[in-house]
Amino acid sequence: MAEARRVLIVGAGPAGVAAAAVLAAHRQRPFLIDEGHAPGGQVYRRASAPVALDIKALFGSQVGKYERLHATFAGLAGSVEHRPRTLAWAVHERAVHTLAEGKAEVHPYDALILATGATDRLLPVPGWTLPGAYALGGAQTLLKDQGCLIGRRVVFCGSSPLLHLVALQYQAAGGEVAAVVDTTTTGAKLAAAPVLAANGFATLLRGLSYMAALRCKGVRIHHGTRLVAIEGETHVTGLRFRDRRGNEHRVEADAVAIGFGLRAETQLAELGGARLRYDSVFRQWLPDVDADGRCAPGLYAAGDGCAIGGADAAEESGQLAAYAALADLGIAAPNARMARLRAHVARLRRFQRGLAKAFDWPHSWPMDMPDQVILCRCENVTLGEVRATLREDIPPADVNRAKAFTRCGMGRCQGRFCGLALGELMAAETGTAHERTGWLRAQAPVKPVPVSTAFPS
Amino acid sequence: MSEAPRGQVVRVKRRHAPLVVIEIDGEQVEAFAGESVLVAVLAHRPALRHLEFSGEPRAGFCLMGACQDCWVEIEGVGGARACTTPVSAGLRVSTGWPRFG
Repeated sequence: MAEARRVLIVGAGPAGVAAAAVLAAHRQRPFLIDEGHAPGGQVYRRASAPVALDIKALFGSQVGKYERLHATFAGLAGSVEHRPRTLAWAVHERAVHTLAEGKAEVHPYDALILATGATDRLLPVPGWTLPGAYALGGAQTLLKDQGCLIGRRVVFCGSSPLLHLVALQYQAAGGEVAAVVDTTTTGAKLAAAPVLAANGFATLLRGLSYMAALRCKGVRIHHGTRLVAIEGETHVTGLRFRDRRGNEHRVEADAVAIGFGLRAETQLAELGGARLRYDSVFRQWLPDVDADGRCAPGLYAAGDGCAIGGADAAEESGQLAAYAALADLGIAAPNARMARLRAHVARLRRFQRGLAKAFDWPHSWPMDMPDQVILCRCENVTLGEVRATLREDIPPADVNRAKAFTRCGMGRCQGRFCGLALGELMAAETGTAHERTGWLRAQAPVKPVPVSTAFPS
Repeated sequence: MSEAPRGQVVRVKRRHAPLVVIEIDGEQVEAFAGESVLVAVLAHRPALRHLEFSGEPRAGFCLMGACQDCWVEIEGVGGARACTTPVSAGLRVSTGWPRFG
């Protein structure tokens, strides 16, 4: 018998776990690398703190999916080599470089499935670096992972269907919801409704039910707003915003959850040889993949790190990527099933593209924000400093040059939270097409690796 | 709302782990074994660290290990991401300058 093939998966969210299950069912023994302490990713995260969470109350109608993921994983015991709390910090010459507990390892692969997920997508707003201001998805993660709230009285703002869900979860957990301040207009949501209804009617109804439930509980939901500032000197004291008529309002709060949809984690794919393509709906650069997730020889991408699609699309695209990897290794994959999966993933992703329009990313905002607002949280670079660079005789031609000139995007987060806004600022200020400002090229290590790390010789 | 909150984050779910004593900038406080250093500190304090450039307070941001804005000094470990580092008895955390001597 031929030597066993090495199939690696990075990420144990719905995409990674689904891929592992397919591979195990085909008598492969996948090697599953994950930064989390347990599988689940962000969406089905199991608490790492010793807390008594009411999973049914927290996950509501999605509790079955949460339980299924964890049951699937439990059923894989012995057929998957699981490496939790392990950072994959580079992909180089068909090997994944990892770090766990101070020790680095190198894992060569015949096939690598990247299920790296996404983070919150952010825009700079005055005061967004204050203690008490948190990313929206992070606010939810703190509840799922630690049984904690980001504050006592929280305002939820930005543009995302998650605004309403997390606000409800906070209220159910005993938090006070000061308001939901949604930057998208009701008109944009109505315009997107037909696409949403055609591609995910049940999901659309679920989203509407969250909004209705919030209203029932007396929470004010403002649509079509502009965020003016997160207020406070040393910590958050409130949020100022303008309503759609231009009238200014102030909401008192000791915490703000802010988010504008999701941003794909594409660094490892890029390091592994994937080409990135510009997506004009999500306004970000995503791995250029075929219908099954192939992006380079032996390299596959699935889930939100491949194309923002949500948890259900992640699960099915993870299965597809695993079947594609098997087929490329010469192991027969079920064609009819793959065809059904492709059609369904495409439909789920159409739904997400509709959502991206219903909850629009206000991409020109950085242009209207004052000079002193911090754009790069890590390196403390302001919008004004980037603007000054853009006015030089020879201005930077793309975001990588702007990074070199200003250090914006050069810090510890590697541009995860400023990179997209940097490109939007450059495009808006110089009249360049956003696509032409490019993306911040991935650099290894994709997250900090201490110099005290024990590297293999 | 103008006064600094004593702590930023609020524990809302019952813990089933023992309380242990840790030290934050030399002050002894109680925290639950296994919860994150971020929670242990921010349940008592309004901030986690001070920015290297301006000294302004920071208290983390993404809460999922991506933004690296919650780095603290842990004695014997060095810089650590507070949101993904679990608490254990006797842990000593520094949230700013000067570091441990």
